This record gives sequence, structure tokens and C-alpha cells, in this order.
Amino acid sequence: MNAILSLILSGGVVSMLVAIPLLGVWALPHVFGIHLEWLFGIVIPYLAVIIFFVGIVYKVVQWGKCPVPFRIPSTCAQQKSLPWIKYGYAQKLDNPVSTAGVVGRMILEVLCFRSLFRNTRVEFGSGEAITYKSAKWLWLGAMAFHYCFLVVILRHLRFVTEPMPFFVPIIEKVDGFFQFFLPTVYQSGLLLGAALTFLLLRRLLDPKLRYISLVADYFPLFLILAIVKTGILMRYVFKADVVSIKELTMGLVSFHPTIPEGISVIFYIHIFLVSILFAYFPFSKLMHMAGVFLSPTRNLSNNSRIVRHINPWNPPLKYHTYEEYEDDFREKMIEAGLPVEKQAASPAAKE
Amino acid sequence: MYDGGKIIAGIIIGLIFLTFPIWFTHGKAVKRPEVKLPEKEKQCVQSREYMKTNHMQLLDLWRDSVVRVAQRSYVAPNGTKYDMSLQNTCMSTECHAKKTEFCDRCHDYTGVVPYCWDCHIPPKEEPKEKPEEMH
Amino acid sequence: MADIPKSWKVAPPKAWKLTTPEELVKDTDHRRYTLGLEKGWLRTAPDVEIKPGMHCHAALPKRLEDVGMPNPRTWSVMDEDWKLPKNWKEIILEGFKDRLERFRSFKLFMDICVRCGACADKCHYFIGSADPKNMPVLRAELFRSVYRKYFTTAGKVLGPIAGARELNIDVLKEWWYYLYQCTECRRCSVFCPYGIDTAEITLMGRELTNLLGLNIDWIAAPVAFCNRTGNHMGIQPHAYKDMIEFFLDEIETIIGYRIEPTFNRKGAEILFITPSGDVFGDPGTYTAMGYLMLFEALGLDYTWSTYASEGGNFGLFTSNEIMKKLNAKMYAEAKRLGVKWILGGECGHMWRVVNQYMGTMNLDMAEGSKMEEPVSPITGTKFENARSTKMVHITEFTADLIKHGKLKLDPSRNDHLKVTYHDSCNPARAMGLLEEPRYVIKNVCNNFYEMPPNTIREQTFCCGGGSGLNAGEDMELRMRGGMPRANAVKYVHEKYGVNKLACVCAIDRAVLPNTMEYFVPEVDVTGVHELVANALILEGEKERTVDLRGEPLPGMEDSEDV
Repeated sequence: MNAILSLILSGGVVSMLVAIPLLGVWALPHVFGIHLEWLFGIVIPYLAVIIFFVGIVYKVVQWGKCPVPFRIPSTCAQQKSLPWIKYGYAQKLDNPVSTAGVVGRMILEVLCFRSLFRNTRVEFGSGEAITYKSAKWLWLGAMAFHYCFLVVILRHLRFVTEPMPFFVPIIEKVDGFFQFFLPTVYQSGLLLGAALTFLLLRRLLDPKLRYISLVADYFPLFLILAIVKTGILMRYVFKADVVSIKELTMGLVSFHPTIPEGISVIFYIHIFLVSILFAYFPFSKLMHMAGVFLSPTRNLSNNSRIVRHINPWNPPLKYHTYEEYEDDFREKMIEAGLPVEKQAASPAAKE
Repeated sequence: MYDGGKIIAGIIIGLIFLTFPIWFTHGKAVKRPEVKLPEKEKQCVQSREYMKTNHMQLLDLWRDSVVRVAQRSYVAPNGTKYDMSLQNTCMSTECHAKKTEFCDRCHDYTGVVPYCWDCHIPPKEEPKEKPEEMH
Repeated sequence: MADIPKSWKVAPPKAWKLTTPEELVKDTDHRRYTLGLEKGWLRTAPDVEIKPGMHCHAALPKRLEDVGMPNPRTWSVMDEDWKLPKNWKEIILEGFKDRLERFRSFKLFMDICVRCGACADKCHYFIGSADPKNMPVLRAELFRSVYRKYFTTAGKVLGPIAGARELNIDVLKEWWYYLYQCTECRRCSVFCPYGIDTAEITLMGRELTNLLGLNIDWIAAPVAFCNRTGNHMGIQPHAYKDMIEFFLDEIETIIGYRIEPTFNRKGAEILFITPSGDVFGDPGTYTAMGYLMLFEALGLDYTWSTYASEGGNFGLFTSNEIMKKLNAKMYAEAKRLGVKWILGGECGHMWRVVNQYMGTMNLDMAEGSKMEEPVSPITGTKFENARSTKMVHITEFTADLIKHGKLKLDPSRNDHLKVTYHDSCNPARAMGLLEEPRYVIKNVCNNFYEMPPNTIREQTFCCGGGSGLNAGEDMELRMRGGMPRANAVKYVHEKYGVNKLACVCAIDRAVLPNTMEYFVPEVDVTGVHELVANALILEGEKERTVDLRGEPLPGMEDSEDV
């Protein structure tokens, strides 16, 4: 599986996924008079959400069933040792010894991508000179992607809550701060698209990334890009009947599903792709969302010399005891003047 | 499960966040808002379908035309001429006179905050109006 | 040293010759992996070229027999037939499943990698070899691809589309080749946004290879030796004592009187355990002399042990079970001798084991012993950070002594040295021992210079020979892996005239001299306590004219003794 094949495959799959609702909602009624809105607007979203929740919980429980036999934090700063050796906030967060420190470390990791912020890039100069340059682009791209996605998701609460929680209008106002175009352009949508494009381009342009990337890396990028694009198209180009759409989505969240008239096919494409993303989530690398909380190199304190960490399957093993050792070397030890537990048998008896 | 307490607590917190729309709505069916349509006037400047999804585009066009080109006349597809004016045409007493019964109904429902009212003053509505049956 | 096998001598095989540093660097063509465009790595039959100079020799059957490990036989890495049991695939998959159930780290790290590539250029072997399979992410993917095939539904159904591939003999050989090109240094884990630690994957992978008897001799031999004689070098008790006696002779010529340490002494307050590399090989021996002189200056009530005569633990590179068995001797001996606590010498992976595994594995053995929370008998300082495990790092101990002014020091004796400090991977990234050795060095040397920030502390580079890869036959691998470290040393050598590379790891002291000789021959390797002992003024010592290596001290070049 090389990069080109992976690209073709994942691009092809996403195109097919776009085509399915297009056929199902647009072509079928026109050609055969069959209406499948209920399938794309109700059944598939419900199924996807069920798979999403059950899948995530199942996976996390599976992880939880594995014990953590050893305390293996990656210590990224000075340990807490002698009282006069500096162990300040920076050290507490990068090499925590207490629960508070671990919580802080996890917050930084989950919310600020702290480890990614350390990123460097190797550069080869002339001869043997190798240098390490700070490389924050990946961190920036990742932050932009995740936070814009979060804002976009929170904005979508306007379709699934009634009345809307107080923060949704605030987010919309901030997100549409520049008030240009009509309807007002949300920066998060554009930035999300830009960040995704960046993440995709680095996979394609950096030979290292191209080598390691699999279909499972391109596919979610293409899928989310397609979701973003259909969303943007729906808002700015192929204007959708927002009231009817909200009627449908409110029907879903209130368990009174309904298919209102007049919803254009682009909405069905959008919601179908989102359903695919939900259903794909638990089986994919996207599970890093839950997994990051369980990472033993990050969520454990470096205190295994202070408090004993218990390994539930710690096997009882037979080791080579001192007695066996002395039996092996007793004469030599006595000869060398080393103390022994048992005296040697008399030379006569030995012979 | 190992660290079961923490993991289950984490799962529950995660689920609470992710299912926010469901428990926020708690199964209560929400009716689609109905707007009060003009009693006499049956013909808008464009078709109802067009106006549903594209009225903001049209109003934007009108504003630019009036404010920037000083062109106030709009010819509808059926040949009727209209004065490009939100307050005097759209919201005339014959048509959508009451912002609260027309504009706001959908905008509030879908969380849209149009900036029309940054400049325009909506026509006054009698405060003590008896609520009418929705159509 | 009759017990030491020939293969232990650092001598590359004849068929293969190490090129010059210039050639080696030129060969490090980082554009090579653009090949990824033409052919991906994920194919059922990988064409792994096992290159001489890039791997270690296979373990001799006797080693495996000694510790009861499976499939002991004579085999060679370069042979087509690795003489595996017929059901090798079953054994691997069974073992894989078992480990997925026992180690959350392993299971999680199989599931959550997003292949963002942040780790890619963090590996010293990747930097030095440009072999794309040495990118930590790809090393792990070699395992993940098999995991997906046999343990995930998507992989079973979709195969390569889901990034899955069959386990076959070529995959196994590929695993083996790259498992023994990872030093478990954890540098990649520092940069991973999910903390994925390739060391965990390598540890598990090596456990799997050990189920088939696919170990390397450089690991299996120390394990077998350590099991029987108590140390990696296979030094028997009398010889161990002899080695130390030899140091005492040397020390006598330097300070003018003889010191008398004790061995296997019951009732001592402290048990001292250091890697046997310090007792056996230069320049570690000078560090061992340093310990002896320091303890003499303090009048410390301590003892050496010939039974627990190894701080290091190559079990870490073999399997959890072997690691636990070998480590058990420390507490067993501490209990037998009735000591209060254990003082540990300068060693790298030993401290990974002591800090992250020892208490968990074996603390129950200390029950009923006289062990208690370590307290420095000289300063009264409680080592609260070792309260449970009851083992203190010697630089923690010495830093405390210096802070309390308990050592008479003359740092000018080290004035001919310009020192830089190499953080050893494990004390840095599995412990956080960063300031203690620096504090000690700065107090015993007047000229200290740091290497560039991205090459030290938690971002330190491996010496290139850790985790049992410090053999002679894999010299090219070592030099390639050592390239980033050497490059940083060369930088401070050229900028500040640095001529001494200090470290707190016996493997560093065994590996880095070759690396320095190859890349920066002007720089020499030393342990921290060699520097301490050089500056240390012992009561009643004669005027020193030479350092521990018998070389004249600054200003003493014309002295008669030299």
C-alpha cells in the first residue's frame, strides 16, 4: 500500500460516501419514485450514534480491563528529590509526583497538546553538523484543527437544543466577529478547512509522513474535509431550509423523529458523512480522544520509589538465592577471605 | 477493571458532555415555529421557497443597491415594481408588520441574529396585543 | 576472566569494516525514504536486508538453558533458517494476546497512534541511519499491522486497507531486526502527544522474540552470568574482590595509604550496588575507584556484595520475569546482611529498574528485614523520595554531602578538564535525575559547558548502544546511533574546547569511548565520581600529583612521581 494507492482508495471511498445519499435522496425518487429520506435522516444517524457511544464505551472498558503493572511515566523534568533542588511548577507539571501534578499534566496535554509543543525538526548541515530546530507548525495545525472543530460542533448545538444554551449565541458572535459576507462567515469553518488542508499536505509533502501514512490516515482527513465542505456549501451556496433542518434534528434528539418537507439533498449528504464519522470513530485512530486520558506514560506520577505501585499479576518467581550462590562458590570465597554462612566440608570428606 | 472508579467516572463525564443535546431536550417534542403571514397580501417579491432560504441574500442586495447605487426600484419576476425598503415594503402594515410574529419566530428558533436591527428600527407593535392563533 | 566469552571483545567481524565518519554521514541519506512513494512498507513479504554491522550475534544455547528460556539452539542471524519451533506463529500470537491483556500500555499504544510523525526524527537510529523503519512510529507499526490482522475486526476483514498484514517469517525477521535496533531510550515518548512509548513496544516485542529463543548473545550472556555469579561479567566472588583489591593498590599510589572496604559484611548500615561494568571495564573502573575514595573520606559504614554485585539488569531487555528474578537479589542481599538501605552507583537502565520497577516487583522481599527509610548517616538528610524502595542514587547522596559542606574539595585539580554532561536516557526520562549530577560536577570542576538544549536533559540522545546493543559486531549500528550525541559533543568541543564527557551510566562508559574515538577523538569519557574523587581531599593523603588515571594533575607535570 503506497501513498498513491492510499490516496486513491480513501479519496474514492469518501466520494462513494457522497454519492450514496445523492443517489438515495435525489436520484431514486426522480427515477423510481422511491423515497429514502427516512433512511438517511433518521435510521442511519441513530445507528451511527449508537455505534459511536457503544463502541467508545466498549473500547475504553477493554482498555480498563488491562492492568497497569508498572508505573512508567516519561519524566520530562527534574524529579522531586532533595529539598533544595528546584522543584517548581514547571517540574511539577512535567514530572509530577502528586495527583495534583498529574491532573495538571493531563490538562496541559489534553487541552494544550503540551508534548507536541516540544516538537523539533532535525536538519542536516554540511558534514556532520546536525541541528534541531523548534518546529511548532504541527502543534499549531493540530490546535487549529481541534479547537475549530470544537467550535463548529458547539455552534451546531443550535440545531439540537431548544431553547439554545446561553453560550451558543456568544460563540456564534465571537466566531463571526468580522461580520463579512452574508450570512456572516464563521472563521472556525474556514480555519478548520485550512488546518485540515495543512494536515493533509504535510502527509503528502513530507517524505517521512508519506512513508508512514496509511489509508486510515487519509480517510478521516478526507471525510472531515467533505463534512466541512458540505457544511460550508449549505450555509453559503446551496441555501438550505434551516427551519426544516432544525425540525428534523430536534426530532432526532427528542426521540420524535420526523422528515419535514423541503430539505435539500446536500443536507442529507452532510448528515450521512457525519454519521459515517460517528460510526467509524470507535474503530479508528480517532479513539485517541479517549485514549490520551489512559496513557500510562502521562497519567501516572513519578512516585514509585515513594509509594509502592502494585502489579496485580506480579508473578511469584524463583530467583537464584544466596545459599545456591554460596554453595556454588564456597571454597573460592573462603580462600579469598570472604565471609560465608556455612563452613566448607572438610577437605577429606570432599575427596 | 483496573482503576475502574476513575475510568467509569471518566466515561460518565464524557457521556454527559457528549449527550448534552439529548438530556437538555429530555425527549420533549419541539414544534416547528409558525410565522404569521399577511392576511390580504398573498404575493411576496419572490416565491415562498426562494424567500425561505434566500431572503437574507435579497435584502443584502437591496441594501447595497439603495445605499451604494441609490437605485431603489426592484422589479419582481412577475413584473411588479417594488420599492427596495425593509421597513416600508417588507414590513409595511399590509405585509410583515410585526417583527415578533414574523422575523423573530424563525430567527429565534434557529439561533440567527441578523444585524438588520443594528440600523433599522422595527415598526412599533401594540404591546397589549392578544395572542392570535397561529396559522 | 575465564568465564568471559570471546564475543565480548569489541571486535567487528572481518567481513565488515566500519567506514570513516565522513563516509558514514554521507551515507545517511535522508531522502532515501522518498521511496515510500513507489512502494509502501505494508506488504506481506517485506524485503528486509539484514546488514552486517547493524545487528548483534545470536544467543548461544547455553545462555538460554542457564535461565530456562525456550528453544535453546545454535543459530545465526544471517542464516535463512532460524530454527524456529514448528508452531512459532501460534506461540507469537498467543504471547501477543497474553501481553495485550497484561499491559495497558501495550494495548493502548496499539490502538491510539495517529501517525502524526512527531516522533519520526527524534530517534537517534533514524537520524543516524535514515532507515525509515527506524522511525519510532514505523517500528511500532511493524507490530500494529500484525495486531490489526489478528486482534481487530477491521483488520481481519479489510486487510491492508485497514493497515493489517499477515504474520510470516519475513515479518518476524523484520521485527527482530528492528527490535534490536531500538535502545528503549524513550526519547520519542517525550514528544508523542499521547505519550506512546516505543520502549514499551520494544520490551513487549523482545519478550515475544524470547518465546522463540531469538535473543542476542550480548543480552542473553549477561543475563545467564548475572543469574549465577551475581553480575553481568560473570565475575566470580574471589575475582570480584581481586578487582577491587587492584583498585585499592592504585588508590594507594595516588593518596599514599591503603583503604579497607568490606565485602558481604553483615551489620553494615548501607549496601552499595553498582553495575559490574564499573568494576570490570575502563573507564568505569576509575568511577569505581571514585566511589571507594568517597566512602573512605566519609568513613561510611557500608559493604560491597559479591552476590548482589550487579546494578544493571539485562532482564529489562529480555522479559519481565527475568528482570524480576535478577533484581530480587538486591533485596535478598540487603535482608541477609541486615542493612538499613541500599546505595546505588552510576548506571542508566539500572535506575529505570530501581525507580519504576523494583518496588513493584520485589518490595515484599524486604518484609522482615532491617531496611528503613534511607537517611544519610553523614548529613542526617532523609531521602524522602526513596522512602518506599529504600534505594538512593549516588549523585543524590553526593549532592547532599556537597550541599552540607561535608566534602573537602579542590576543584582546581580538574582544571585541565573542560567537562560537558551527557544525560543518560533512563535516569533522565524514567526518573528525572537532571540537577543532581550537574550540581556535583559543577562543585568538583571549574569548567563545565552544556551541550545544545535539544540534546540534553529530557531530550538527551542515547549513546547508541543501550539496552544490550553495546556489542562489537554491531559497531556500525552503534556509530550511526551515536552520531547525534557525538555531533553535540563535537559542537561543544569546537566551541568551548570541551575534552571530557561525563555521564552516570556504565553502558555509556562502555559505548561512548568508541563513539568519541570515531567522531571526536579529542574527547574522553568519564563517570561523575571519577571527577569527584579527583577533587576530593582525603584526610592524611599525600600531596596528589596524578589523577585517578595516573596522569599528572595541572601544575604537577614536572613532579617526580609522574
